[in-house]
Amino acid sequence: MVKRNINEWKRHRVQALWTLLTNSYLTGFLQGKIYRGNLKKICLPGLNCYSCPGAIGACPIGAMQAVIGSWNFKFAFYVAGFLMFVGAVTGRFVCGWLCPFGLIQDLLHKIPFPKKITTFPGDKPLRKLKYVVLVLFVILLPMFLVDILGQGAPYFCKFICPAGTLEGGLPLVLLNKSMHSAIGWLYAWKNLLLFVTIIISLFIYRPFCKYICPLGAIYSVFNPVSVFRYRVDKNKCTDCGACAKACKMQVNPAENANDLECIRCGACKKACPVKAIR
Amino acid sequence: MSRLFRSPSAGICIAVIGLLMMGLGIYRGEMAIVFEKAINICMECIGIG
Repeated sequence: MVKRNINEWKRHRVQALWTLLTNSYLTGFLQGKIYRGNLKKICLPGLNCYSCPGAIGACPIGAMQAVIGSWNFKFAFYVAGFLMFVGAVTGRFVCGWLCPFGLIQDLLHKIPFPKKITTFPGDKPLRKLKYVVLVLFVILLPMFLVDILGQGAPYFCKFICPAGTLEGGLPLVLLNKSMHSAIGWLYAWKNLLLFVTIIISLFIYRPFCKYICPLGAIYSVFNPVSVFRYRVDKNKCTDCGACAKACKMQVNPAENANDLECIRCGACKKACPVKAIR
Repeated sequence: MSRLFRSPSAGICIAVIGLLMMGLGIYRGEMAIVFEKAINICMECIGIG
């Protein structure tokens, strides 16, 4: 048990370091502005709102909607290629180690709560929801629900993404008095979603990643084929179930070490008493 | 078929295709759209637009 916690904090340090590194435009936080340099051409691998005052790169989901929703492009080769590359090399490693919003949910789940829920009726089918969100809000709506200029809005960012509210909406509105008057029902709705996400994160591990995140949905399909993935030595495995018990995403690595839900956090590897997972 | 997908070469092939797609996207000028969107405060993203 102690060993597992040590492993988690090592991972959290990497997550925190990456979050600081990719949100290192500190002037933005002081002045209520965002970084406007050339690095913003490059997508970051995790869900990191590009309207966060500190962000030095682009959010891949926001970027994908921006290209798909533009009047002259209807497919985002640049962003899709980037996600394919990252996914094919690492699978959902980004979710476990490099996503700022994943870190926030990890930390929220560490807060003591009377009853932590590991699974519930409908948990498995609900996990498919993130694929619906991806197809509907990130691809189809920006592609087809367009204005008279042929431009589609970033519907996922606009109506769902709590990361955008936390990383961009709250700091920018707090730091810019001019924005106060523009606050309306949409801002209230997004803050409500953020609040609900925070509360659920206290008793369910990473609810946004499990049920909603379109970025996790994209990376998940590469889990079984990614270059770096888990391999279980069946000769060593004793089927003791320690790996499944350690997994907070409710994956059983002994059955499928590269399940779509695996975020490569490494808890199963640490928990294995015979070192069968590599 | 499943053996093919289990080999690391499948991941490498997809990664290469991904890089080629990135190249095509940059060639088509998609990076400019990303840049334009990313350097301006996205009102929709923050819940104001």
